[in-house]
Parts: sequence; structure tokens; C-alpha cells
Amino acid sequence: MSRKLSKEQYEKTKSFRLKQWLDGTKDPFLDTVEMKPQEEFVEDPEKARQRSREKEQRLEKVYDLEHNAEMRIFQRIYRVFSVIFCVSLVLMLLIAVSNLPTLGAAERPVNNEVAGRYIEDGLEETGAVNIVTGMILDYRAFDTLGESHVLFIATCTVLILLRIDKKNSKDYMEANDRIHEPKNDIILQTVARILVPPIFIFGIYVILCGHLGPGGGFSGGAVIGAGLILYLNAFGFAKTERFFTEKIYKRMSFCALACYALAKSYSFYTGANHIESMIPLGTPGAILSSGLILILNICVGVVVAGTMYTFYAIFRKGGY
Amino acid sequence: MDFVQNFPFISIILSLFSGPLSSVLSGKKARLLNAAVISVIGAMSAAVLVYVLGTGQEYIYTMGHFPAPWGNEIRVGPLEAFMALFFCVIMLLSMIGGQKEREAEIEDTKQNLYYIMVNLLLSSLLALIYTNDLFTAYVFVEINTISACGLIMIRQNGRTIEAATRYMIMSLLGSGLLLLGICFLYDLTGHLLMSNIQEAVRVLHDTGSYHIPLMVSLGLMSVGLAIKSALYPFHAWLPDAYGYSTLSSAAILSSLVSKGYIFLLIKIFFRVIGFDIVRDSKVINVLFAFGVAGMIMGSVNAIKENNIRRMIAYSSVAQIGYIYMGFGLGTAAGVIASIYHVISHAATKSLLFVAASGITDASAKSTRFFDLTGSGYRNKLAGVAFTVGSLSMVGFPMFSGFISKLLFAQAAVGSTHKMLPTLIALAISTVLNAFYFIKTVIRLYTPIRYVSTEKMSRKPEEFCEITMGQQPFKSVALILFIILNLALGLSSEPLIRLIQNGLEMFA
Repeated sequence: MSRKLSKEQYEKTKSFRLKQWLDGTKDPFLDTVEMKPQEEFVEDPEKARQRSREKEQRLEKVYDLEHNAEMRIFQRIYRVFSVIFCVSLVLMLLIAVSNLPTLGAAERPVNNEVAGRYIEDGLEETGAVNIVTGMILDYRAFDTLGESHVLFIATCTVLILLRIDKKNSKDYMEANDRIHEPKNDIILQTVARILVPPIFIFGIYVILCGHLGPGGGFSGGAVIGAGLILYLNAFGFAKTERFFTEKIYKRMSFCALACYALAKSYSFYTGANHIESMIPLGTPGAILSSGLILILNICVGVVVAGTMYTFYAIFRKGGY
Repeated sequence: MDFVQNFPFISIILSLFSGPLSSVLSGKKARLLNAAVISVIGAMSAAVLVYVLGTGQEYIYTMGHFPAPWGNEIRVGPLEAFMALFFCVIMLLSMIGGQKEREAEIEDTKQNLYYIMVNLLLSSLLALIYTNDLFTAYVFVEINTISACGLIMIRQNGRTIEAATRYMIMSLLGSGLLLLGICFLYDLTGHLLMSNIQEAVRVLHDTGSYHIPLMVSLGLMSVGLAIKSALYPFHAWLPDAYGYSTLSSAAILSSLVSKGYIFLLIKIFFRVIGFDIVRDSKVINVLFAFGVAGMIMGSVNAIKENNIRRMIAYSSVAQIGYIYMGFGLGTAAGVIASIYHVISHAATKSLLFVAASGITDASAKSTRFFDLTGSGYRNKLAGVAFTVGSLSMVGFPMFSGFISKLLFAQAAVGSTHKMLPTLIALAISTVLNAFYFIKTVIRLYTPIRYVSTEKMSRKPEEFCEITMGQQPFKSVALILFIILNLALGLSSEPLIRLIQNGLEMFA
């Protein structure tokens, strides 16, 4: 023990607290972090009886093998046939794959003028240093337009299935949500406070530089979405709702998809009607280059980030 | 380039754009937007159809500044334009007919989600119709699958959730097989654009190289799309999906979603592989066998069914069987008959679903067969519409179903080996069709006092009379459906010529 400080002062220092923790005399998280043991699930006996009765009835009715001849025959041949089917399918596909063109051979049909032009003229024609980005957002932008709508419609379908619109059951879920984990976990909050800003900045970097190097809207959006989920886990819904609600998600994804559709409509329209596009390609390698690709990457990034976060929020408590 | 030529591209983008737009609107505004979008796209497709018929040739529309094979493109011919117009008409009528059910069965806060699904479904159908690129087709097949799942389960009860799960598993299996087939084909040809693949496949076929992977790829794509369009042994997802989802979903799913996949399969046969290679490959013999089996088994299952909506759903299995049997004949006449049947079945099946819902409304919402006794008197228009639909399905002259059966029979005569099985299957299937449809029609027009009420699950006092004025939307939809059906049945010549013409341009 140091003699330079008085005992009172020494007890306030961090090293004393570390020593306490190492000795095991005091747990720093006791009383500061809420630690609630998991509640055992107890089902109402009446409900349980009803459930098992329903299950039995269903089994009797549907799988009544005494009287349901169709089911009996089906069950008998099902296993045999599924094995035969799987084995023959595997064999067929293996034979087909072994007959495909040799992997890596120069004379493979895929090494044709299509791939050649993407590689040789891609930089010049799209202005994107990253050929893959140039391909998915310029040469084949129509596919990517469809692909970002796939994400959007997947979110909407999950909303249909899991969103809880009744107010009181939502509150119940919010309370229930915390049964299995401590509230306001200091470790998580501290880590999140340190990690979330770099995660966001990295995500934004990946999106903005999608045309210059590896990256793009899909990967950057996923990074930002992961950051949002970490933040939500650390600080709870009350805090994230200040800046991210379902309304904002919908408006954001609407704006992003609309922007994408408009930008691409312009380029499709001018392309098909042989009108010179007004959008400059810029110097390859600069951040403001490659025409529409930067904007499209941002749009895709916004949609992907929103989708990731929304999936998490809905699966966790049925809404925001 | 004429401005009309931009319309196919504008209609795809417009319906895509209206999906996210519906998500920020209220349910009511989203409904109006949806109706407006479908009507505008229908009008645009009509203009395109007139334009294409005027010039007498197809045209290619480049999506972007790069010509194919580097960029995407869409291709517009008379058949494509007609299909787009027809799908819009059916979709609009189905949406009008099922409006009341939608409002009652879907939670208020989720109404606008329904219209997102419908708008994106429309865009995917249009893209499937117009695209000239196999991978673009796959991307929009994904949108189609997910939105169809949403349409099934938005009416939330146990049966629809189960049906949606089943649909999703089967449909994703189909998508997976389709994607595998496309991958194989890309590896063999190095192209994704339909016309370029066809050239490459022609060379491969003539030199005889890579024969096995080519056939495997063709088989994978055919089976994948057959699963998605509920060809007979892959139909297990269908009865629940059509039987318990909300009315407009059932009508749209049965008449449009499965037909979109069939149209894609026709494209793959004619524009990607080449129909003579498909014919030599024997893949169509398998489709023929499954189709014939479906024609009979679907009807047998429908006869056993006690629930009117599931009965109509099982009848779809039989009708899909007809369509695949037409492909299986391996002649152009067979395919023309199939395409005509796609159109006629789409018009009739949605009519039947809407009419059945009118009938059950008058029978205290019961879908059980015995409860429908005398409902033709209680809801006169729905009774007439159901009768029209049934007669058309059975193949009564004057209605659209008759023409397609006639075309199938004519096509069968042109085929040497398959003539006898086709004609026999047609005869058996028609008798079976008549058995369950006419049985239902007779039940509709049997006065309640002549039958014992023991077998009914509802009491006759619960039944109510429904006049046309009480269900204005449904009545309008039903009348238009009946007119459409009669028009298809009475003046089929121009349509058959158009299909013939379009198919020739396809190849």
C-alpha cells in the first residue's frame, strides 16, 4: 500500500478498485447492473390441457392410420422413395457437373466477349475502378433494381407476419423482451459507445468508395445495419426510437428506392432512345466519379441498412 | 424511336415505384393508387399492342446505354403486349371483386402492405413477360414468389400461415432448381441473354458437345417452373393457398402468378433452347405424362372435396395439367392451345372465385357443399356467374373453355403417338369436370325446401338474400368477368391468330 496517499484518498483510486475486484471482495457490477434471474415458464394448466387435447385430436384425425388408407400407404413408401429420389438426383447432378467445361480452361464458353468487355472497357465506360460495381450498377443495373426491391418486399412480408399492431401487447413484449437479459448492461454500453461510431464511419466509407475499391451498397449497408443493432442492444428501443422508427424506415427506403428508380429510368430512357446522357463520368479514382453509381450505391446502402435493422427489431418484439 | 415503344419499360418502372410509394400511404390511398396504376399500365399495354400489331414486328428495347449482350434488354412482340394487357385486366377485376373481403379480413394497419405486394407482383409479372434476359427473369421470379407468400398470409389464420409456409418451401425449391438450370446454361453458353443463348445452344446441339449438362439444365428449369406453377405431383401447396387466402389473393394467385411462370417456361422453350431441341430431348414427354395425370387426379380430388373454394382450387390442378399436356404434344398447335388455355383459365378461374365468394356470402359464410343449397336464388348474379364459370370449365360451347378444349383436340389429332392418350384424357377429364361443377350448379339451384337440412352445418334462417346493389363492386367485377368470358368464347379467331403470330415471332 502506498504511503503517499491517505487511506481515504487511496480508496477512491482505480487501482484500489482493481485490487478489490481481483481479491474478490467487491463485485463492481453488483447493484449497478440489473441482474434478473430467468423466470421459469409456467403454463396455465387449463390451457396446457386444451393444447394437448387439440394436438391429440389433430393427430387422430389426420394421422389416423387405422382408417386413413391414403396416409398409411404414403407413410410406408415415403421414406423409401425420398432416399431413392435424393440418391438419383445427386447422381444426376454429379454426372452433369462432371460433364461441364473444365474449370479454369481458356476455351470455356464463359470466357467470351461479354466478360472481356467488362474487364477491358469497364473502367472507361462506367468510370468505376471496381469492375464488379460497374457491372451490377451500370451494365446490369436493371437486375440490381429488382434485387433491391426483393429486399424491400422481404421486409414488408416479415412486417405482415410479425408486426404487432395492438398497443398493449406491444408493451407486454417490451417488458417481456428483457426477461432473459440484464437491463442497461454497462459493459455492453461502454463497448457500444466506443464501437458504434467507427462502425458507422466504416460503413459509410464502404458505401462511398464502392466504385473505387472493394465494397458497395450491399456490404456497407450491412455494416451500418450491424452497428444499429449493436446500439439497439446496448441502449434499448427507447433510445433508438428517437432517431429510427418504422415511419422513418419507410420514408427512408421509399426515398432510396424512388431515387434509384428515377435515376435508372433516366439512364434507361436515354439509353434506349439513343440520347446522350447528361451525367459526366468524371476522373476514375476520384470520389465524385463514375456517374450515377455513387448515388445508386448510397440508395442501396440505405435500403440494406434499414432492412437489417427492421428484421432485427421485428423478430425481437414485433415492431419498433 | 416512337414514344409508344417506351411504354413497356415505363409500366415496369411505374409498378415497381408504386410499391415503395404505397408503404408511406394510408390503406385507402394505397388502394386508389393501386387501381390507378393497374389501369394506366393496362392502357399503356393496349397502346403497345396496337402499335406492335400495326408495325407487324417485334422490337428490342435496351435497358441502359449498353447494348446486349453487355446490358439488359426487354423485347416486345404482340403476344407479350397482349399478355400484359390481359394480366392487368384480370388483376383489376380481381382487386375490385375482392375489395370487401380485403377490408374485412386484413387488419386496418396492414392494408397498405397488401397493395405493396400487389404492385410489386404486377411489376414482376410484367418483367417476366417482357424480359429478354434469363437472369433478370430469375430476379423477378424472386419478387413474384415473396409477394405471393405475402398475399397468402396477410389474412392471418392458422390455415393461411400453414399454406404460406408450404407455398414458400415448394416455391423456393422450384426457384432453386430454376437457378441451378440457369447456372448450368450460363456455364455452357457464356451468355444470359435469351437470343445469344439460343445461338450458342444451337451450335452445341449441332456439334453434339455437352449434351448431358444441356439436357440436365433443360430438365431443371422445366421442373423448377412446373413446381412453381403447380403441375400435378407438385401441387400439394395449392389447395390451402387458394382455399383460405383472402378472395382477391386467391383470384390473383390462381389466374396470374402460376401463369407468369408458365409464360416464362414458354419463353425458355422457344427463345432460349429452341422448340425443336426441346422436342427431341424427351423432356416434354415427362411434362405430357404429368399433365395427363394432373388432368385426371386434379378432378378426382375436386370431386372428393367438400369445401367449394378448395374444390375450385383442385380444379386448377386439372387445368394446369391441360396446359402442360399441350406443351407435351410437341407441336406448335399444342402450344397455341396451351396459351389459349392460359388465357381462358385465367379469365374463368378468377370469375369462379369471385362468384363462389358471392354465393358463400348468401349462405352465412359457409363454404360447405350442403350449405350452398338454393344459394343461386339468394344471390342471383353470383349464381349466374358461377354457372357461366362452370360451363366454361366443363367446355360448353359459347364459353372460352370450349375453344381451348377444341384447340387441344385439334392439336392432338396432329400428333402421331400422343393422339390417343390425349383424346382419352380429354374425354375422361371433361366428364369428371362436369361431374363436380354441374353437381355444384344443381345444388345452387335446388330450393331449400326440397332437401333435408340435416347435413347442413348452418340453419336456413341464417341465410340471407343478397341483391346486386348490396355488393356493387363484386357485381361490377362479375358482370365484366362474364362479358370477358363470352367475348373469349364467341370471337376467339382474332386471338388465336394473334397467339399464332406472336409465337412465330418468338422462335
